Amino acid sequence: MTDFNLPELGENIAAGDVLRILVKPGDTLAKDQPVLELETDKATIEVPSSLAGQVKEIKVKPGDKVKVGQAILSVEDGIGASAAAPKAAATPAPAEAVAVATSPAPAKLPKAAAPPPPPEPAPRQDKVVDISRGARAVAEPVASSEFPPAPAAPSVRRMARELGVDINQVPGTEADGRISVEDVKAHAKRLLAGASRGVGGAAPVTSVELPDFSRWGEIERQPMRAVRRKTAEHLSAAWATIPHVTQCDLADITALEDLRKKYTKPVEAAGGNLTVTAIAAKVVAAALRVFPQFNASIDFGADEIILKKYVNIGIAVDTDRGLLVPVIRDADRKNIVQLSVELSQLSEKARTRKISLEEMQGGCFSISNLGGIGGTYFTPIVNAPEVAILGISRARMEPVYFKDGAPGQSPVHGAFVPRLMLPLSLSYDHRVIDGADGIRFLRWVVQALEEPFVLALHG
Amino acid sequence: MISTQLVVVGGGPGGYAAAFLAADLGLSVALVDPEANPGGVCVYRGCIPSKALLHVAKLVDDSRHAKAWGVEFGEPKIDLAKLRDFKNAVVGRLTSGTGQLVKHRRVQYLQGYAEIADAHSLKVSLASGGVESVQFEHAILATGSLPAMPPMLKVDDPRVMDSTGALELPDIPASLLVVGGGYIGLELGSVYAALGSAVTVVEMTPGLLPGADRDLVDVLARRISQTMKSVLLETSVVKMAAEAKGIRVTFQRAGANAQGGAGTDQVFDRVLVSVGRRPNSKIPGLDRTQVQVDQRGFIMVDEQRRTHEPSIFAIGDVVGEPMLAHKASHEGRVAVEVIAGENVAFAPRAIPAVVFTDPEMAWCGLTEAQAAKENRAVTIAKFPWAASGRAITLDRTDGLTKLVIDPESERLLGVGLVGPGAGELIAEGVLAIEMGANATDLKLSIHPHPTLSETMMESAEVFFGQATHVYRPKRAR
Repeated sequence: MTDFNLPELGENIAAGDVLRILVKPGDTLAKDQPVLELETDKATIEVPSSLAGQVKEIKVKPGDKVKVGQAILSVEDGIGASAAAPKAAATPAPAEAVAVATSPAPAKLPKAAAPPPPPEPAPRQDKVVDISRGARAVAEPVASSEFPPAPAAPSVRRMARELGVDINQVPGTEADGRISVEDVKAHAKRLLAGASRGVGGAAPVTSVELPDFSRWGEIERQPMRAVRRKTAEHLSAAWATIPHVTQCDLADITALEDLRKKYTKPVEAAGGNLTVTAIAAKVVAAALRVFPQFNASIDFGADEIILKKYVNIGIAVDTDRGLLVPVIRDADRKNIVQLSVELSQLSEKARTRKISLEEMQGGCFSISNLGGIGGTYFTPIVNAPEVAILGISRARMEPVYFKDGAPGQSPVHGAFVPRLMLPLSLSYDHRVIDGADGIRFLRWVVQALEEPFVLALHG
Repeated sequence: MISTQLVVVGGGPGGYAAAFLAADLGLSVALVDPEANPGGVCVYRGCIPSKALLHVAKLVDDSRHAKAWGVEFGEPKIDLAKLRDFKNAVVGRLTSGTGQLVKHRRVQYLQGYAEIADAHSLKVSLASGGVESVQFEHAILATGSLPAMPPMLKVDDPRVMDSTGALELPDIPASLLVVGGGYIGLELGSVYAALGSAVTVVEMTPGLLPGADRDLVDVLARRISQTMKSVLLETSVVKMAAEAKGIRVTFQRAGANAQGGAGTDQVFDRVLVSVGRRPNSKIPGLDRTQVQVDQRGFIMVDEQRRTHEPSIFAIGDVVGEPMLAHKASHEGRVAVEVIAGENVAFAPRAIPAVVFTDPEMAWCGLTEAQAAKENRAVTIAKFPWAASGRAITLDRTDGLTKLVIDPESERLLGVGLVGPGAGELIAEGVLAIEMGANATDLKLSIHPHPTLSETMMESAEVFFGQATHVYRPKRAR
């Protein structure tokens, strides 16, 4: 055990008052670590230790007057000689300069073992904050929740506030992370872009750097229309956030087509068009009742899946403005005639730009029928926040092999029969719908189209 | 009847700054104050007259000190009437200036006292007689503060003064007791000490200027103890009574009561009570609005200085500490900008505070004491003025400059200064903190030599263990 005695601090300094003790028993003391703050009649100084080791006992307390040579503390396994002349005393210098030399420096105070408790949040009352404080604290700044405060000038902070940006969230690009006006503007822009994309907020509509196309021939630039821009943003977000699986199948609609032709006239009389799309809407509406997980949305914020107790079917309509998706409400409670009439009206409204925003909202599931134009299969993109979409392509006559003969005909062994086959593509959100359920749903739709009795049976 | 977009109640540095900015922004403005011209306590009975007197006090002290430099003036002769005239002329000049600015800006000035009728109207009892009613869209309450006078210290005798009375310079008492070791008591005590009074300061807590960093206060206290007759710490005044020969004051040391010790008596020619200020929130008719006042009497406001009554704002001393003119002016301007439709807020990082004693003491931003209280890890870098060439030429080497720095980002969080001219030097600290400057920025900015401002730069150098005029190698980590 070795004592650390108050070293000579300079000419004419024989004693001082202990202001603060910077170590405590049990601390591991390093050589030159400050152990106490001493007030002399020249200056307030920090006294560095000439010893290293574990602090055993502290022999002075704040307020004590200590003299040069007096024991301050004792150290176990003291390394270094207490007799060795401390630096300050060894430096020949005028009194003032000595006081300076032993004076303050950026000393790290020994950290307490326990992490410091977080500062108390400012008390809030409604929107009004009581910022007044004790009469004693004369000039403390208004408490900021962030520490250290964001490195931004007052003008930059003010602009951030005006733009509705939290300055503490803005990444600074200048030296040492300082935040410039440009940083705030860029951050605000990013926030706005994120907000307009809605769900998820990820998947920016990236602008890839483009070559100069005119180098290879004449070009024309057209402004992007609002519908196009919206579609681009919406589909980018859906594509980027939803893990898509597209399941394909074929429905034999030979019999259905006969029925459709047979009942075209009465539906026309009612003011509708008996189309495959209208029939598919009825089938899908029934299927959604049987497979409720296809009539759902994901709420990641709440860690919940939202199941809808209503069935609204969106139908993609090709217009000269671009793709629009009017929604047929409560499709499960309407018959095919009603659906046909409503679909005709909505399509007409969409094409003549008379459709309201209201009539395009609230969909649970979408149907996109491209069969009028052609194609075999395609991979539709789920119309988020829905979880599935049915794509319909053009039906065509195909030879189908029947082991026991074609339906309704006398059994013939091993015959190829011409059947009208409808290609179907079901895209779904794999986060909520498993592959087996995907094909179960599609098989159910196929069967209902092949044998409409299924609708009455299960639908 | 007057109909205006904005009425400002109180013409102090907060109120008139607000009224003037509102006029500049094109609003119609009325300003209500009992004085003939705007200025408030600051100009009439506070910052300004006290600084005029402190300037003279400094001159007197310097003239005495000059003997040590080989220049002797002899004992100063003080013509109190003339000194009073000088002080009054300073006040007169400033207030006639604000009066001119009122006219130029076409602010409707109503000399009188306001009483609030409801959230959109008030009545002013005019100094010239009669009552004027004012309809307003918005109001800003800027009624300031008053000297606190605890009942125990209330003696109905002109020899017991508050700061207002002391600034009147009734005479130069042979002995003066200053109750309260805050900045007001120390400033006015210094004035009387320089003029020749034997000044005793009594303070209840263990140190002068409670709340401020001790290392700075120590420097000031050392000098104060030379200019004042005595400084009684941890001592309360338990009784005060007017007698023919003076005011008899009974003191009690902290803890003495528990030991059953009796207080000690002393008689003073005059007593200055400067134990703080209280918000002037007892505005007639305030209860006819939704404005709320907290337990200590401060009007409650949000960060935009809006009260619980949406049409009424409040600023300055009446909404909270620190009770400083420059804080009030800034708040006033913020409130007006909010009223003018800007989405701004009162969000300073550093409000400077200055004690205009000799030496001056000034600080801004985070203090070391506050950092310790909040358990913030900070690094302190100090530069003693003993190493400043300029300080040595002034024969004033007792000063100290210190920086409170965030050890991670090395950003400046607070500045503390004590020494002659500290009040002027602190502005650099405010700008540095507001701009988010770090220690390197301060170190790399060339400061003029030989000036005291170099101590700011060299403190930053101390942080890196590289100060030119201080040998202090960086400690091994």
